[in-house]
Amino acid sequence: MPDRIYEVFRMERKGQPLQHAGSFHAPDDRFAEAYAREFYARRHESAALWVVPRSAVTTIEDFGDELDTSYRRVDGYSLKVRLREARRRVAEGG
Amino acid sequence: MSARADLLLELADDELILGWRDSEWTGIAPFLEEDVAFSSIAQNEIGHARALYELAAAELGTTADELAFDRAPDEYRCAPLVELRRLEWARTIARHWLYETADAIRLEALKGCDDIELAGLAAKIDREELYHRMHAEMWVDRLLGSDEGRAKLDEALVELWPYALGVLDDDLRPELVRRVEDRLGRTMPAAEPVRRGDHVAELRELLEEMTSVRRSAPGAEW
Amino acid sequence: MSDTREQEFLEYVQGGGQVETHDWMPEEYRKRLIKFVEMHANSELMGVLPERDWILRAPTLQRKLALTAKIQDEVGHAQLIYRVVEDLGKPRDDCLDDLLSGRSKFHNVFHYPTRTWGDVGVIAWLVDAAAIISQKALLKCSYGPYARIMKRICWEESFHVLHGRDVVLALVNGTDLQRELVQEALDRWWVPLMMFHGTPLPAEDDPMLHWRIKSQANEGARQQFLEGYVPQVRELGLTLPDPKLRRREDGTWEYTEPDWDELMSVVSGHGPASAERLAFRRLSRAEVDWVSRVVLAEAA
Repeated sequence: MPDRIYEVFRMERKGQPLQHAGSFHAPDDRFAEAYAREFYARRHESAALWVVPRSAVTTIEDFGDELDTSYRRVDGYSLKVRLREARRRVAEGG
Repeated sequence: MSARADLLLELADDELILGWRDSEWTGIAPFLEEDVAFSSIAQNEIGHARALYELAAAELGTTADELAFDRAPDEYRCAPLVELRRLEWARTIARHWLYETADAIRLEALKGCDDIELAGLAAKIDREELYHRMHAEMWVDRLLGSDEGRAKLDEALVELWPYALGVLDDDLRPELVRRVEDRLGRTMPAAEPVRRGDHVAELRELLEEMTSVRRSAPGAEW
Repeated sequence: MSDTREQEFLEYVQGGGQVETHDWMPEEYRKRLIKFVEMHANSELMGVLPERDWILRAPTLQRKLALTAKIQDEVGHAQLIYRVVEDLGKPRDDCLDDLLSGRSKFHNVFHYPTRTWGDVGVIAWLVDAAAIISQKALLKCSYGPYARIMKRICWEESFHVLHGRDVVLALVNGTDLQRELVQEALDRWWVPLMMFHGTPLPAEDDPMLHWRIKSQANEGARQQFLEGYVPQVRELGLTLPDPKLRRREDGTWEYTEPDWDELMSVVSGHGPASAERLAFRRLSRAEVDWVSRVVLAEAA
C-alpha cells in the first residue's frame, strides 16, 4: 500500500465553496494529482480540486465556551428592554 | 482502400486493441486508486479508436462498430506491441510508456498534416494522451526510484523493445529511439522491429473472445 | 458513568444525530459499524468480478465503454468505503486479508456466476437498483463520513441502472435469442435478488436500526424494490419465476419466502462461485504484491 493519504476538496461549480470530497492513498504528489483527476472529475463533475496531504491538515475540534462570551454573538444583545425604556422617556418628555 | 483509410485503421486498431488489453486490469490493478486511473486510460484509448473508426467508416461506407468487431483477424493493422495479453505490472507500465512515447511522435506528425479532419482529431486525441503520458512518466520515475522496481522495469523494457520499434514507420522510428534512450540515459539494444502485419497468436484469441457475444446474433442491435 | 454516556450517545443517534470519526462512540457501535461498512466495501470489490469477464466480450464500442466505466465506479466505491473503515481503525490490507481468508463476508449476489450477456443487463439494472434502495437508506446513517460518501455512490449507481435497463431494452427488442438471454438471466437472478435485502428481521430486533447505522428495515427495502421494479419488468413482457408474486390491495407484495438458510450458506462462502472468486482475488493480489512494496519503499 502506498503510505500517504491525501484529502480532496472539490468545487462543484464555479462560485461555490470547496467542500471535502474524500481521501485516497497515493505515493506522492504526482500520483495524487493523477488520482484526484480520475476520482473526482472523470464525469466533469468538478470545477476545481484542492489536493492536500492529510499530514498538512491541522484538525481542531475542541471549542470551549466555559465562560460567558455571548458579547461576540447576536444572542448577547437583547435591545428590547432598553429600547422600551428609551421610547418611554421620549414619550414622557414630549 | 485509400492510403488515408489504411492509416486511420492502423491508428484505430492500435488504440482499440491496447484499450482492450488495458481494460483487462479493471478490477484487479495493484491498488484501488490505480485501478480507477488505469481504467480511465483504457476507456480513453477505446474512445480514440471509436473516433478514428468513425472517420474511416464515413469513407468506407460502414460503421465504427463494424470496423472494430466484424473484420477477419488478418485485416487488423495493429502493432504486435498492443496485442500481447495482460502483462504483469512492470511490463504493463513498460508497454504503456513505450507506446505513449511512440504515439506522441506519431500524433505530432499528424497534427501538422494537410488533412484538416485528421489533424483536428489528432489534436483532440493528443490533449487526452497528455494525461496518459504524465501517468506513464510518473510510474516510470517511481519504478526507477528503487532497485527492485528498476530491475523489473529494465527487464520489461528490453523484452518489449523490438515490439515498440514496430509501432512507428522507418522515418519516425529513429525519433523513438532517441527519446527513449535520452530518457533512460542508456543505449537500448539493437533489435529487429516486430512489425505490423506480423500478428502474435494472442490477437486471434482476443478477437475470438471480443466478438463472441456479437457473433451469437449477427447483425443484431446490442 | 459509561452507561449514561452510552445512553446519551444512543439517544443522540436515534434522534438523527451524526457522529464523526474522532467523536467518542461505544465499542459496540464501533464494532458493528466497522463490520457493516467493511462488508459493504468487500461487496463492491467482489462485485467487480462477476461483470469483469464481460468487459472483454462487450458487443459494441458503446457497451464496452459503459460496462468498463460501471466496473470502474465499483472499484472507486470500494476505495471510498474502505477509506471509511480505515479511518475507523482497520487498515485496508487487513480488510483484504480477512476477505480473502473468509473471515469477513460479502454480499450474496456476488457469490453467483454470470453466464451470458443477459446477466450483464440484469445485474446492472436490477442488482444495482436493489443496491440503490439500500444505499439511499444509508444517506441518513448516524456515522457522518459513511453517510456523506453515499451521496456520490448513489449518483453513480443511477448511471448503472440506466445502462442496465438500456442493455435489457436492446435485448428484448432484438431477436428471439436475445430476448431469451434476458429471460433466462432473470430466472436465475430472481431468487438472489429476493434475498438481497436480507431476512425480514423486525425493526426492533435489528441492531443496525437500533444504532441508526441503517434507517430502513430489510422487508421495507424489499417491498420498495418489488413496488418499483416488478411493474417495469413485466411491462417488457418478461416473466418472474414466482407464482405467488402479487400485489395485495393494501399495496404489499406477496412472494414465495426465499430459503434463508441458503442465504446464510451463500454469504458464509458456500455459494456457487464463492471459492472461485476468492481464489481469483488471492491470485491477482499475489501477482501485484511487489508493486505496493516497491512504491512504499520509495515513498517511505
